[in-house]
Amino acid sequence: MTNAHPRKAPTRRQLLTRIGTIAGSAALYQAMTSMGHAQGTDFTSPPVLSGAKRGTRVLVLGAGLAGMLAAYELRKAGYHVQVLEFQNRAGGRNISLRGGDTVTELGGAIQKVGFASGNYINPGPWRIPYHHQGLLHYCREFGVELEPFVELNHNSWLHSSRAFDGKPVRYREFASDFHGFTAELLGKAINQHKLDDMVSADEHDHVMTAMRQWGSLDANLNYTKGTISSETRGYAKALGGGINGAPTPSEPFARKDIMRSGLWTWLAFHERLDMQTTMFQPVGGMDMIGKGFNRQVKDLITLNCKVTSIQQDDKGVRVTYNDMAHAGAVREAQADYCICTIPLPVLSQLDVQVSAPLKAAIMAVPYASSVKLGLEFRRRFWEEDDQIYGGISFTDQPISQISYPSHGYFSRGPAVLLGGYMFGPAAYDFAGMSPQERIEHALAQGEVFHKQYRKEFSNGVSFAWSRVPWTMGCCSMWSEQARKTHYKALCTMDNRVVLAGEHASYVGCWQEGAILSALDAVTQLHKRAQGAS
Amino acid sequence: MRKILFLSFIASLSLLGTTHPAQADSASAVVGEVQPLTTGEDVYRHVCQGCHMPDGKGATGAGAQFPAFAGNAKLKSSAYPVYVIMNGYGGMPWFSGMLKDDQIANVVNYIRTHFDNHYTDAITPADVAAQRPATPPQEQ
Repeated sequence: MTNAHPRKAPTRRQLLTRIGTIAGSAALYQAMTSMGHAQGTDFTSPPVLSGAKRGTRVLVLGAGLAGMLAAYELRKAGYHVQVLEFQNRAGGRNISLRGGDTVTELGGAIQKVGFASGNYINPGPWRIPYHHQGLLHYCREFGVELEPFVELNHNSWLHSSRAFDGKPVRYREFASDFHGFTAELLGKAINQHKLDDMVSADEHDHVMTAMRQWGSLDANLNYTKGTISSETRGYAKALGGGINGAPTPSEPFARKDIMRSGLWTWLAFHERLDMQTTMFQPVGGMDMIGKGFNRQVKDLITLNCKVTSIQQDDKGVRVTYNDMAHAGAVREAQADYCICTIPLPVLSQLDVQVSAPLKAAIMAVPYASSVKLGLEFRRRFWEEDDQIYGGISFTDQPISQISYPSHGYFSRGPAVLLGGYMFGPAAYDFAGMSPQERIEHALAQGEVFHKQYRKEFSNGVSFAWSRVPWTMGCCSMWSEQARKTHYKALCTMDNRVVLAGEHASYVGCWQEGAILSALDAVTQLHKRAQGAS
Repeated sequence: MRKILFLSFIASLSLLGTTHPAQADSASAVVGEVQPLTTGEDVYRHVCQGCHMPDGKGATGAGAQFPAFAGNAKLKSSAYPVYVIMNGYGGMPWFSGMLKDDQIANVVNYIRTHFDNHYTDAITPADVAAQRPATPPQEQ
C-alpha cells in the first residue's frame, strides 16, 4: 500500500478513531447530498386533450393555481368551464401583500399593511426550484417574468442559542471550518490506516487529495489558521492595495464548538434537492404568477362563492353555494364533471357526495400550521452595514430564519425582509398570538443578528396560515400511513368528481404540486368524458 | 442501507430534537426553542389557541369550523379529546410526537375544566399512555 504521508504517532488515538468514523459519515453525507442526481418533477409537457365533446360542462371549485390551470387546459380542449372561488380574488395561496392591503384572520384580528410603495412580502410560496418544470413552463407561457431567488448566502448568519456563547457566526466561516475539520479527521483517519477495511489502496490517495482540496487542508492534512483556510473562511484583515495591503489570516473556531453547535444542519438544508440553485421568484411578487394565470381564465371565474355541497349522480354534478356578493343567496351550479381544489380542512367539513374511500382520504390529511412575518425597515442595513445581499440567516429561536430580499439590491429607502418563517411548534405558538405580539417577538429575536432592528423598524405584518378562513391551515401533511392507505383514493376520479391541489401530489406544499395534480386531474377527466356514452 | 450507514450522523441529529423531516418549503429542519409547556394552560396557549382561539370558542372559516370547547358534548368523555390530540382529525394535525403524556393529560384536563366546562374526572398521564397509537403518525 502506498502512503504519501508518513505516519505520525497518533495522539488521542482512540478518540480519533471514533470521531474519524463519525466525521467520515458526515463527509460522505455531504458529498452524497451535494452530488445527488438532480431530478426534476415528472413534468414533461402539457397534456394533449383532443376530441373533447363540445358543450361538455366542467365546474372547477377554487381559483388557485390548480383550479385556474385546470380551467385553462380544459377550455383549450373545448370544454365549457365555470370556476367558483370563495375569495374576492383569484390566486389562492399564491399571494403577495403590499401597502394598503388588509389581512383579516380567524379570531377577528385585522392588519393593514403599511409597506412603502413597491415593497411586498410573499406570505405563501416564495421560491421556485429550477426543476419545478411544470410551474416554470406555465410562467413562460403566461409571460410571468422570473428573477433569481438567492437561497444560499455565504455571508449570512447562523445562530444557535446553545453554541458560540449565543452569538451568530457567518455561514462562510462555519461552513469552511466544518468542512475543514471534517476533512482533516477523515484524511487523518485514512492516513493512519484507521479505515483500511473501508478504503482500498487505490482509493486512498484520491480521498486524501479530495479531502485536502475540499477541506482547505495544508500539506500535513491540518485545517489550521493560514492563507489556505482563510481563502474559504475569509481573512481577519481582508486583502487590500498599497503599502498595507497584506491580509491577515483568520482564526478558525474550535473544532469541538463547530461539531457540537448543530449548525451544520443548515449546510445540509441548502443541499436538499428542493433548495439547490438556481431558484427563482417572479419579478414584483409571487402573485404575479396568480395574476398571469388569472389573465388566461378570468372570464370563467365567479368570485365570492362559498361552496356548501357537492352532489353527483349518473347525469351530472350539482354544487350548492352561497353568493356572498349577494347577501349569501343560495345558488346552484350544474355541470357534467367537477374538479375540486378546495383545501382539505374545508372540504372535509362540507356536504360532499363521493365514495367512502375518497371521503376517508379527504379526512385523512391534516394541514400544517405555518406563520410568516414581513418586516419593513427604513433602510437596507443588512446590505449597507453587513454586506448581506439576499439569502437566509438561520436561528434556533422560534422565528427560525430571516430572509433578505433577493431584489432591489443597493436601493435606498425602506425595504421588506422576511422576519420569521416557521412550521411546527413555533408556528402553533405564533398563530395563537395577536399580530402585535408576533411582531414584538420577531423584533426581539431578530436583534440577535441585527442590532439595527429596533432603530430602523418601520412596520410589519404577520400571516398565520391556520387562521386563514379559506384554507384553515398552510398545506397538506401526509403521514406515511395515510399516503399508503389514502393517496390513490384521493387522486382518483370518483365518478364525476376529481380532486386537485398540492395535497393531491407528492410535491406537497409546493406550487408545482398544484400544477402536476391539476394536469393529472384534467387528464383523468378527459379520459372519463371520452369514455362516457 | 443509507440509514444504517449513516446511523451515527442521524443519531447526532436527533440530539437537537429533530422530530420530523422538514416540510417541503419550510426551513424547520430543526425544531427551535419553544415555550415551556408545563401546565395545561401553557399547552393551550402555545399550541391550541392558534386555531381554537384564546376564548375556546373556535372559529368559522369558508363553510368550515375550528370547533368550540364551550358546550361541546364531545368532551364528555376524556378519551375523545385524547384520541383527537394523538391522531389528529380532518384538517387538525396529530400531536402524538410533539406532546408527551403529561402534557396531553394536562391540556385535556384544562379544556374540560375551562370554557364553561366543569368536568371533575381528571385524567392522568397513564390514561393517555394507554391511548398512544401503536404506530404513531410520522410525516413523510
